[in-house]
Amino acid sequence: MSAQLTDTTRVETAASAAPDRKLNPFVRAGLLVLALLVVLALPWYIYPPVAMDILAWGLFAISVDLLLGFTGLLSFGHAAFWGTSAYVTGLIAIRLGLPFPVAVLGGALVAMLLAIPTGYLAVRRTGIYFAMVTLAFAQMLFFLANQARDITGGENGLQGIPKSFFGIELVETDPFYFYYAALPLILLGAFAAWRTVSSPFGRVLLAIRDNPARARALGYDVERYKIMVFVISAGIAGLAGGVFSVSHGFASLQELIWQTSGKVVLITVLGGIGTLWGGPLGAAVVVLLEDQLASSGFNGIGIITGTIFVLIVLLFRKGIWGTGADLIARLRASRTSSGRRDA
Amino acid sequence: MLRTVDLTKDFRGFTAVNAVNLDVAEGMIHALVGPNGAGKTTLFNLLTGFLSPTSGQILLRGDDIAGKQPEQIAHMGVARSFQITSLFEQMTLLEHLELALASPTGLGYRFWSSRKQLSRFKARGMELLDEVGLADRSGVTAGSLAYGQKRALEISLALANDPSLLLLDEPTAGMGLEDVDRTIALVKKASQGRTVVFVDHNMHVVGSLADSVTVLQSGEVLAEGTYDEVRNDERVITAYLGDAGGDHG
Repeated sequence: MSAQLTDTTRVETAASAAPDRKLNPFVRAGLLVLALLVVLALPWYIYPPVAMDILAWGLFAISVDLLLGFTGLLSFGHAAFWGTSAYVTGLIAIRLGLPFPVAVLGGALVAMLLAIPTGYLAVRRTGIYFAMVTLAFAQMLFFLANQARDITGGENGLQGIPKSFFGIELVETDPFYFYYAALPLILLGAFAAWRTVSSPFGRVLLAIRDNPARARALGYDVERYKIMVFVISAGIAGLAGGVFSVSHGFASLQELIWQTSGKVVLITVLGGIGTLWGGPLGAAVVVLLEDQLASSGFNGIGIITGTIFVLIVLLFRKGIWGTGADLIARLRASRTSSGRRDA
Repeated sequence: MLRTVDLTKDFRGFTAVNAVNLDVAEGMIHALVGPNGAGKTTLFNLLTGFLSPTSGQILLRGDDIAGKQPEQIAHMGVARSFQITSLFEQMTLLEHLELALASPTGLGYRFWSSRKQLSRFKARGMELLDEVGLADRSGVTAGSLAYGQKRALEISLALANDPSLLLLDEPTAGMGLEDVDRTIALVKKASQGRTVVFVDHNMHVVGSLADSVTVLQSGEVLAEGTYDEVRNDERVITAYLGDAGGDHG
């Protein structure tokens, strides 16, 4: 059995199918402005806590994409970092009474520290074995959190996490304003991810994803790069998890359970891996869908999202973003070729 | 320059490389030949750290490098190419060279810098591409190259950091005649001022390039010497052509 992820899971990166296709800078800038406008307008059109959920899950998915789409590593235990930060953020906010952005940054920092030993152990394996090590680690944390009732509240979770924000009451009480106060944390995470993939380091990651043996022969310490990106990814997942727990006002075992790791992978693949854009898109679809289904009293949400996932993997391997981009590219190609024929 | 002492690699009872003693002098072009399964690629992987030996030593300028990691060996001035073309299909040719040239600088660890930083290697990268005749294709992805060009890019990548020891695993595998001759010229040029060890099945390539030859069979050294010496060695003829082959010389 091959240890390479690309052989065992046939999910293609959105960027990989048409290797010569790169977004031109104007389109990219336009997309960025559009995305910012959408993010700013979101709580005007969607119930603000749901909008906040979309951003938190979107950022969580970006952290997974950093590993899956850009390094070729499938983490099936990313709830460990999202959940750890959710708890640590909550504890800092409750016990120390610090403003929530400080608490979230603290949570993300602890998630990164935790990722150092996890990454160190996990990157020695590839493919499905890597996924299993990360899953095992997340499960261990889940049981620890369940046992440490004094700290985590066990099955009751950590209740009453305050949204302290320098005494500004509107933010602390109104989810609409809280959204805008938390937005910089989300953007910070997205920026960190973008910076990472568009750095020399990001170039090495792509090399490792596509051909680890070649990267090693060129002198790159593949394991060290993988640990580094794993820690960066954990920090971003931690930012997302911290914002999520403050937004909800509690942190529960739900944040550490393996289904959460599964859901974020689903969201990432649904949106399309290897572009960073896909994650937020997938998050919007899944969070809105769950919200609609839950408010209509439907209980089998998992069946719907599961079916969608199966359809995506079978029919649209590149996810929403990749399939959409392909479609546009094909339309444009057929237009230019027919134009040439006319001339 | 490169010496192995009783180098042995066992794969669960199967001995792929058995007590091999190589001695490659500085500045030489040394060929490893032998039938399929003779242990050539295993030996290559041992020399470059992709496998660690069961026993024995690998001495690079007198230092034992057995058990070191591939990236460590790469930083000691050893570069290799792969038997099966091994590139980054989605990267452009120039991006390949930039990546190779950036490796010893540690720039790759900079996750906070712009990737434009890599363009400082552009001029040198273009020079290297020019040397293998690929300068005009610097902007296309490796995946879209013709086979012979991919092999040339492999060599270019291996040469990027001016290695003192160059290891080429079947540089002409699967090539047409024209590409083979071009590759021979390329390797000859690349061998100036460095030591080269290569594996090849093509006796024309071995004859035109190698100063010395080691013939492997079943993981053991069957014969050693110059190309002419081993070509006329009875044991080598038998190994390659069977008993009947002796008549053809």
